[in-house]
Amino acid sequence: MANNQIDPNDPRFKIANREALIGVGLVLFNFIWWFGFAYGLGSRPVEEYSYIFGLPSWFFYSCVVGFLIMVVLVIVAVKGFFVEVPFEDEEEEEIQ
Amino acid sequence: MNWAVMIPLIIFLLSIFVVGFWSSRYIKSSNNFLQEYFLGSRELGGFILAMTMIATYGSASSFIGGPGVAYTQGLAWVLLAMAQVATGYFVLMILGKKFAIYARKYEAITLIDFLRKRYRSKGVAIFSAISIIIFLFSAMTAQWVGGARLIESLTGLNYTSALFIFAVAVLVYVVIGGFRAVALTDTIQGVVMVGGTLIILIGTIIAGGGISNIMSDLIAENPNLVSPFGHDGSLTPAYVSSFWILVGVGVVALPQVTVRAMSYKSSKAMHRALITGTIVVGFIMLGMHLIGVFARPILPGIEVGDSVMPLITLEVLPPWLAGIVLAAPMAAIMSTVDSLLLLVSSTVVKDVYLNYVKPTASDKQVKRITLGVTTLLGVLVFALALSPPDLLIWLNLFAFGGLEAAFIWPVIMGLYWSRGNKHGALASMVVGVGTYILIHTFSPNVFGVHTVVFPIILSFIAFVAVSLITKDQSISTENQVNA
Repeated sequence: MANNQIDPNDPRFKIANREALIGVGLVLFNFIWWFGFAYGLGSRPVEEYSYIFGLPSWFFYSCVVGFLIMVVLVIVAVKGFFVEVPFEDEEEEEIQ
Repeated sequence: MNWAVMIPLIIFLLSIFVVGFWSSRYIKSSNNFLQEYFLGSRELGGFILAMTMIATYGSASSFIGGPGVAYTQGLAWVLLAMAQVATGYFVLMILGKKFAIYARKYEAITLIDFLRKRYRSKGVAIFSAISIIIFLFSAMTAQWVGGARLIESLTGLNYTSALFIFAVAVLVYVVIGGFRAVALTDTIQGVVMVGGTLIILIGTIIAGGGISNIMSDLIAENPNLVSPFGHDGSLTPAYVSSFWILVGVGVVALPQVTVRAMSYKSSKAMHRALITGTIVVGFIMLGMHLIGVFARPILPGIEVGDSVMPLITLEVLPPWLAGIVLAAPMAAIMSTVDSLLLLVSSTVVKDVYLNYVKPTASDKQVKRITLGVTTLLGVLVFALALSPPDLLIWLNLFAFGGLEAAFIWPVIMGLYWSRGNKHGALASMVVGVGTYILIHTFSPNVFGVHTVVFPIILSFIAFVAVSLITKDQSISTENQVNA
């Protein structure tokens, strides 16, 4: 049993927990952006829509721009805040 | 038969076989058959990881069913599909490093290994195995039907022969090559999917006389097609938003996805996969579903949604190019099927046979049984797919929702809540699957949201409540006792 014990205070878990929170934050932002533009601009009658590159503006901002912004945010999050950790180091160290 | 279309497809199939044979060399030389066959020895780099996740996830529903529904519903369905962009980053950020570390410590090869060791419960393991086998079987059948329909519409062969060709193609490389073959072919298939999406999209826009032109054609036919509410105004914000749970964040709990979060080589590979994955999944979802919408003015009056993709491709591209890019939906289906097949097989062999039937089996026996079970499963699905159900996408989504309801909290809380215990996990799975089946059968879309939403909420409550009541069994206390 000892070889598959998980140490809850493993310092790598602090990093992992923070990164999971970043993931939750990104999804919330993603959802709000997507929802806000889609239903904010799209709820008007269709005759009143404006168009960008031929697409209705609600669709352009919600789906096209929203996607591009998420790509940028993911790159910023990963390059700026994610920390590389080894996945299997403790087998040799035998701590505790 | 249209040979200009067929030849590129045949070349595509052959190159996939080559990968299968190449991968089988690793299996022969590996000293840990199970780890190599079911996880590719945890050696996946960033690009392959991203592609295999997308190819596995981007299934027949996104390539055949999805564009078909978009054709009927208009831009609202593209909006709905874009919830899937979240899967590109969310899954890897949530499971991420923690799941990889746990999986290695537990020496887990399947999701059930992880759950069994985290919760130390036979009940959890058995219930998980049953859920995976039942739900993935229906998902797999749906995919096979899609694959066969595609071959049918391309070659003019009858459905049974088309299904047979498809089945043999998939079985050969999965049985001989295992996970490494699946991941590598997924990568080829992923690249084909991206290229195919781009080419078909451009071809469709040109054939429709530009986006503005297509939009005015759509408005002339029915203005609702360019609104976010669907062709008859029935897609409510609540319903569309609830797909964020089904195809966005809930994907975290799908066994075919979690098993990939055990297979990466390093955190660097994971980081790269995060970025690549987000870009590729967003691009494919946006492009494929837009093609479905744009196809409407070009090819009006298509009755069977599933045939929109192949028909529009044949319409807007020269035959040889159509052959190359039609390998894309083919690729999507094959790469989903291969993973599901491997997963059900690993469930039967590793989680049921090796744990409860014969734990002392020799390596040679395990090898023989794995190959036998994988083949047998393939034949069984083939038989089921012979009389295909009509609505491919719903069958597929039924499986997704069921698995998510079963696994989302045991997986996530298993990682992030040390108080969570086996009683909570089991309660959560029973409540999740039970309410999912009940709601799906008796009253789908309660309060206007997708069926999956309430089972996920209820299973969360069950997990927390039962874990708190039965706190004596929590893993943190056991840790302290053993330390």
